[in-house]
Amino acid sequence: MMLPLELRAASFRDIIKPLSLQIEAGPSTIILGANGAGKSVLMRLMHGLLAPSSGTIAWRRPGRHAMVFQRPVMLRCSALANVAYALRVAGEDETLAMGALKEVGLAQLADRPARVLSGGEQQRLALARAWALHPEVLFLDEPTANLDPSATREIETIIRAFDAAGTKIVMATHNLGQARRLGDEVIYLHQGRVLERASVDQFLSRPASAEAAAFIKGELPWVS
Amino acid sequence: MQEFPEILLDGRLWQIVLLSLQVSLSAVALATCAGLPLGAALAVGRFRGRDSLIVVLNALMGLPPVVVGLFVYMALSRAGPLGAFGLLFTPGAMVIAQTILILPIIAALSRQAVEDAWREYDEQLRSLGAHGLRAALTVLWDIRFSLLTSVLAGLGRASAEVGAVMIVGGNIEGVTRVMTTAIALETSKGDLPLALGLGLVLMTIVLVLNAAAYLVKEAAQRRYG
Repeated sequence: MMLPLELRAASFRDIIKPLSLQIEAGPSTIILGANGAGKSVLMRLMHGLLAPSSGTIAWRRPGRHAMVFQRPVMLRCSALANVAYALRVAGEDETLAMGALKEVGLAQLADRPARVLSGGEQQRLALARAWALHPEVLFLDEPTANLDPSATREIETIIRAFDAAGTKIVMATHNLGQARRLGDEVIYLHQGRVLERASVDQFLSRPASAEAAAFIKGELPWVS
Repeated sequence: MQEFPEILLDGRLWQIVLLSLQVSLSAVALATCAGLPLGAALAVGRFRGRDSLIVVLNALMGLPPVVVGLFVYMALSRAGPLGAFGLLFTPGAMVIAQTILILPIIAALSRQAVEDAWREYDEQLRSLGAHGLRAALTVLWDIRFSLLTSVLAGLGRASAEVGAVMIVGGNIEGVTRVMTTAIALETSKGDLPLALGLGLVLMTIVLVLNAAAYLVKEAAQRRYG
């Protein structure tokens, strides 16, 4: 078990102020916050794509973690070859690719060029690419921000399957409905600082900070 | 003096055409082998002097062929540093000159293409665990059809230039006479039909190569998105 992931006074330029945080195994963690709050940067720090300007970020043990981006980048080859590439880079058996495509319901599109797939299909392909690697932790950076409701539902179903298979989910979003549907706990980020950490229910019904309350009200303007 | 249409049946003309293609395609092959890795390294690498190198490379795209010809001439002439190889006034010298001429074009254009692609792929590839050379090769292979455009620009430049091959080749009939030098010579001699015939062939070849590359790129775009 590679978790917990421990951030000690980790900062990134002036986007993430020095913050200390532990991401434990188990509950799905939702990182909430307005645009520019630093959600994406925090995800990239945890995933190791960015190095902290100060402080440390350490896993308990080395292990595999994957990330699905808001806009997935696909290689100019078939859907199947994209998954196979990820397996090859990870030193895994490429023949597992088809199984991963089946898992996300893309088996019938395996030979289709990845770049001509729809946005929702490409995002499912990105999830298949992650699924094939059997990560212990899956980071998702607003994976449905560009998708319509039906594609969003499909993505959420797959994310639940990851959760059911024992993968720790860490997802950035500003969609409160999605946070409620997929999350167990919320980390609320405001201007590069963690203002609140609470269970989803508690956060949504009784936010402790004025900023979080304003954010929830802004996202759900019809609830007053 | 032969009339214009019959000139196309002349064996001398096709010998010239063949040599032109050999020289220019050899130069493109060499410049591609050196220029693509150079362009990719400049696109991806972060080292001191990178910016200056990019500026120099971009400036060298406009290198005057006669200047390249002059430098290669001095290097290859009997008294020059490479004089011992006896390459001056051979097709080999022409290949060298054209390679130098188009290397900056291929390197600079491919740097731009790779850098644009890199911006898009970098995070995703690192996330998947592909680093360094592996990531670079993945990107190069993925944008291979865009890189075709840079190579083609080099070929266009090589097959159209006259100054460099004239100086280092000497325009010797049957040995180093290529289309562009022949056109220059025949025009000054007043043999306009031969000059015109060669000009037509040259333009046709460039057109066909570009059309082929365009079709390949379009097909790839449809196939791979």
